[in-house]
Amino acid sequence: MRRRDRFNIPSKYVLAVLTFLCIGAMFLSFLTDFDGGPLNTVSNYILIPVQRGINAAGSWARSRVDDLEDLRAVRSENEELRAQVAELTLENNTLLQERYELEDLRDLLDLEEEYSDLNTMAANVIGKDSGNWFDMFIIDKGSNDGIQVDMNVIADGGLVGIVTKVGPDWAQVRSIIDDMSNVSAMILKNSDLCYVRGDLEMMTEGTLQLNQLRDEDNEVEHGDKVVTSHTSAKFHKGILIGYVNEISMDANNLTKSGSLTPAVDFEHLTTVLVITDLKQQVDAEATESE
Amino acid sequence: MKRKIIVALMILVSFLLQSTVFKALAIGSISPNLLVVLTSSFGFMRGKKEGLWVGFFCGLLEDIFYGRLLGMHAVMYMYIGYVNGYFNRIFYGEDIKLPIFLISVSELAYGLGTYVVMFLMRSRFAFFYYLTRIILPELVYTVILTLVFYRIIYSVNRSLEKNST
Repeated sequence: MRRRDRFNIPSKYVLAVLTFLCIGAMFLSFLTDFDGGPLNTVSNYILIPVQRGINAAGSWARSRVDDLEDLRAVRSENEELRAQVAELTLENNTLLQERYELEDLRDLLDLEEEYSDLNTMAANVIGKDSGNWFDMFIIDKGSNDGIQVDMNVIADGGLVGIVTKVGPDWAQVRSIIDDMSNVSAMILKNSDLCYVRGDLEMMTEGTLQLNQLRDEDNEVEHGDKVVTSHTSAKFHKGILIGYVNEISMDANNLTKSGSLTPAVDFEHLTTVLVITDLKQQVDAEATESE
Repeated sequence: MKRKIIVALMILVSFLLQSTVFKALAIGSISPNLLVVLTSSFGFMRGKKEGLWVGFFCGLLEDIFYGRLLGMHAVMYMYIGYVNGYFNRIFYGEDIKLPIFLISVSELAYGLGTYVVMFLMRSRFAFFYYLTRIILPELVYTVILTLVFYRIIYSVNRSLEKNST
């Protein structure tokens, strides 16, 4: 069966060695934190500049087309928005007043500030998972910009996903609609805990799984906001995930499950915000300041 | 040497197209798999050894950027390239029936492999859903793509072979 090659190592030996190598790498990355190390750096310098270029060219072309289409729409929208601005300014003033009042009252009660301001960094999506099975994407910021694994990623005010791997100028983000994603969440209304899981089967309808919700008082209904929970180890508390779509009792008669519609449009994701504070860091600072 | 550089460039370009342009051209969020086309073509055009190397690097790139387990895609693509290498002896160039057939089978193997490793192992048993929703649409789309890209890959390979002899 052997082909006559220019090199005299038979291909089956090459195959055996490489198979062994890959299986070794699989075990290594499964059992330890090893995520490619030098390979991430090498591929960084070869691929990321080109990918950025393609992305830039693509978005330039897209924005030219959009410019023409949108001009008319934008004009009418502008009118509407101006009216809205006037309205909102008024509302904002009242709210500000109330906020000062709230702060005063909080000071009186000596309450610790609940939400520390989170720092964010904007990043462009420069590539999406080359297969059809999962929903990972890469962004054009990496460890050189201070991105670390487990940082939360948001867009349009909703949760997008979490950084799972970092190269010098790129980072891999696993979105919450990915089949392997599992986020600890809660219903905003009554703080009931639940889990939000991505599911390839439900992705077609654009929904996610909602699992293990207690909801003893039967309060949760269609349209309720679902946010990340305070018990999550990696996600900051209170980031909007989506809205409850439908919900039903599980066979065990204790918990409920159903589906929710994400707040973010994952089909048209071009820029995202990375929250550069890790959850543990924020907690550590909070305890330090005590 | 020149051959290696050009093949490396082809792998890089395919990977970049795959994760940027083709994702924008996705129909029903299904995009074709150019890397399988490339790996499989080099397998039957050039034999087992080149097939397995091209497959290995295609898979490795996918693993680095989008993988969870480093090496998983590398192994899958490598075996696709290697097995396609067996058909090198009955490959005669101009005829497009054999390439289409081999690429389809490779694509099917890739889809089934991914399902078994990444989904069946996590007790997702709805095989027919995945087959009709992901594997078959991807297969059809890839075959359509093959009609265009196979010609390019073939002519690049032929001009390289002409230069080296």
